[in-house]
Amino acid sequence: MEKARPLWANSLQFVFACISYAVGLGNVWRFPYLCQMYGGGSFLVPYIIMLIVEGMPLLYLELAVGQRMRQGSIGAWRTISPYLSGVGVASVVVSFFLSMYYNVINAWAFWYLFHSFQDPLPWSVCPLNGNHTGYDEECEKASSTQYFWYRKTLNISPSLQENGGVQWEPALCLLLAWLVVYLCILRGTESTGKVVYFTASLPYCVLIIYLIRGLTLHGATNGLMYMFTPKIEQLANPKAWINAATQIFFSLGLGFGSLIAFASYNEPSNNCQKHAIIVSLINSFTSIFASIVTFSIYGFKATFNYENCLKKVSLLLTNTFDLEDGFLTASNLEQVKGYLASAYPSKYSEMFPQIKNCSLESELDTAVQGTGLAFIVYTEAIKNMEVSQLWSVLYFFMLLMLGIGSMLGNTAAILTPLTDSKIISSHLPKEAISGLVCLVNCAIGMVFTMEAGNYWFDIFNDYAATLSLLLIVLVETIAVCYVYGLRRFESDLKAMTGRAVSWYWKVMWAGVSPLLIVSLFVFYLSDYILTGTLKYQAWDASQGQLVTKDYPAYALAVIGLLVASSTMCIPLAALGTFVQRRLKRGDADPVA
Amino acid sequence: ELCQPGAENAFKVRLSIRTALGDKAYAWDTNEEYLFKAMVAFSMRKVPNREATEISHVLLCNVTQRVSFWFVVTDPSKNHTLPAVEVQSAIRMNKNRINNAFFLNDQTLEFLKIPSTLAPPMDPSVPIWIIIFGVIFCIIIVAIALLILSGIWQRRRKNKEPSEVDDAEDKCENMITIENGIPSDPLDMKGGHINDAFMTEDERLTPL
Repeated sequence: MEKARPLWANSLQFVFACISYAVGLGNVWRFPYLCQMYGGGSFLVPYIIMLIVEGMPLLYLELAVGQRMRQGSIGAWRTISPYLSGVGVASVVVSFFLSMYYNVINAWAFWYLFHSFQDPLPWSVCPLNGNHTGYDEECEKASSTQYFWYRKTLNISPSLQENGGVQWEPALCLLLAWLVVYLCILRGTESTGKVVYFTASLPYCVLIIYLIRGLTLHGATNGLMYMFTPKIEQLANPKAWINAATQIFFSLGLGFGSLIAFASYNEPSNNCQKHAIIVSLINSFTSIFASIVTFSIYGFKATFNYENCLKKVSLLLTNTFDLEDGFLTASNLEQVKGYLASAYPSKYSEMFPQIKNCSLESELDTAVQGTGLAFIVYTEAIKNMEVSQLWSVLYFFMLLMLGIGSMLGNTAAILTPLTDSKIISSHLPKEAISGLVCLVNCAIGMVFTMEAGNYWFDIFNDYAATLSLLLIVLVETIAVCYVYGLRRFESDLKAMTGRAVSWYWKVMWAGVSPLLIVSLFVFYLSDYILTGTLKYQAWDASQGQLVTKDYPAYALAVIGLLVASSTMCIPLAALGTFVQRRLKRGDADPVA
Repeated sequence: ELCQPGAENAFKVRLSIRTALGDKAYAWDTNEEYLFKAMVAFSMRKVPNREATEISHVLLCNVTQRVSFWFVVTDPSKNHTLPAVEVQSAIRMNKNRINNAFFLNDQTLEFLKIPSTLAPPMDPSVPIWIIIFGVIFCIIIVAIALLILSGIWQRRRKNKEPSEVDDAEDKCENMITIENGIPSDPLDMKGGHINDAFMTEDERLTPL
């Protein structure tokens, strides 16, 4: 009575789905940041090494498991051993947490996209103050882009404790984001397979357009030189290696069960080794490509700010010393400064504190990642471009495509195990199951649209997935290599695809990858313990900048719960299976 | 002696002609000063009780090459200066006219201590973003509704199909007609014919 499993229409759809899932916002807003922090071009060395020894093997492993077992994460791991069904459950729980907060990014992208159709862009100017003689104080102290992000978008509260209410604007955008996701997953692989053509390819179109624009921007070379100048000494920094490994790990989306779910819709004869290599290479290539774009725009922004700074200093000097208008230029500024300092020492020293120190280097050094990069720094660059509306629309459209592509993978990781389960799917049609999942997620996601929502977003972003995923993937590799048996798995794969598994993969699966994950796990765990009390960045409206605050006790409790609720699934499910078997045997014994 | 830097009721003015106009910048000379005085006198005459202000009542001093200078407005007797508040409000009311006379703007023609009123941003009654939101929202809703309805319709057809003969199929179509309240027989017939070939294939692939 086994029903035929739905399949991808062709293997291209599968590859596109994997690319669309793996290539996400992390490639655009995390990798450039890591490059900047860990030695520019030389970061590529640990990154590529980690890609080969960690990323590719683990990706191959997950795809192979999915394709072999032909089930979502829960079913696949239960088939390998009933004691391991907790791994699948943990994956589903983590995916659930992830999709809960991840779609808020899409909501923000929608919000910025909708606001891009205005002239001037709303984040390019500060609103006026009450009597129309100046600008809003908070906006003046921060910047117009920061103001639009913290005040207009988030309307952020001063601390985590002050919740505020749900705000209708972001709430509407979140609702829309979930409806879009629902539209894409409504029919399972049938509709997802078609959507991924767009979500996987359109970001590249936008990136290419941006690359052409970026390279022709004034000052782009400053940014590119900054990025590609290798700082070799960073290779000796263990943090560079750890961050490279972590970036590869999370950027491929291992452990969420999405890849297992996607691969489960493959023909068993599919050559998943080839696909694993293609997907991981494209993912890394996209990261590098996106960094080139990001850094050319970064260079533009830094040069623009640097020249603006020089102009401000010139204006200040011109005004104070009543110099002829237009006499001061960037080239004679230092010379004139020296002259003025010696000619009018008292007047000069009086105004000296107001003279800003303009430096292109320090402008380039300010490293930003995550939402700060996308919604504050990028918008700042965009607002200074010509036809800024067009670039803004393109950029946020790309963010949306990337975000929705990843959401499709996240929801597949939840839905595939649910639709696989006979109890649920016999009562409810697929549309209803996915609708319910979206509804529940959207309802919980409303937490992130409150005034303190961004702080909760940070909590989820920092703690919901990191440790749990490492543990899940560790157990996965051990399960395949030592519980299921590497030989058995190897012969399964050979029977399935008709190819022998090369020794390289076996060495990586059985030895190198688990060791790497263990060392990452130990590093992060000790890092958390050593930092002591966890802190977060709160927005101070009166200063117009971020300040560091301690998490309140209940936030710490939530963090603990987040980590525990996913990781505890593994031992609890094993324990449950054990007890169940004991009871069964207990029942069976007297009869026998 | 009424006009000097920092004197009572005196205002400093700063012009950045080169910044604003580049190569088309004009030189600041006595003619321009005359125009400036005229503009200030013109502004003052609009203030109640100051209709008698003449160009000669506006005094300039300390003109620098920046171009910056100080000015005061005196009363007709030329013995004392007019209160700062009046000058301030007169200039604020006519700032735009003064700017235009010199081809400058608020940034390049600065009256220190006289903040210029900034133009409020355009504020449409319905925010633009909500309109775009509405359009996209409606499209998505319609698309979802269509997909779900077509899914239900497909499922109904499929459920009925295996249950033998044409009789059953007729019955099913009748049911649909009744449910929708629209006599859509020809449409259903047509759909049935076209989809026949796919039905068996679908059945093999799509689970329920």
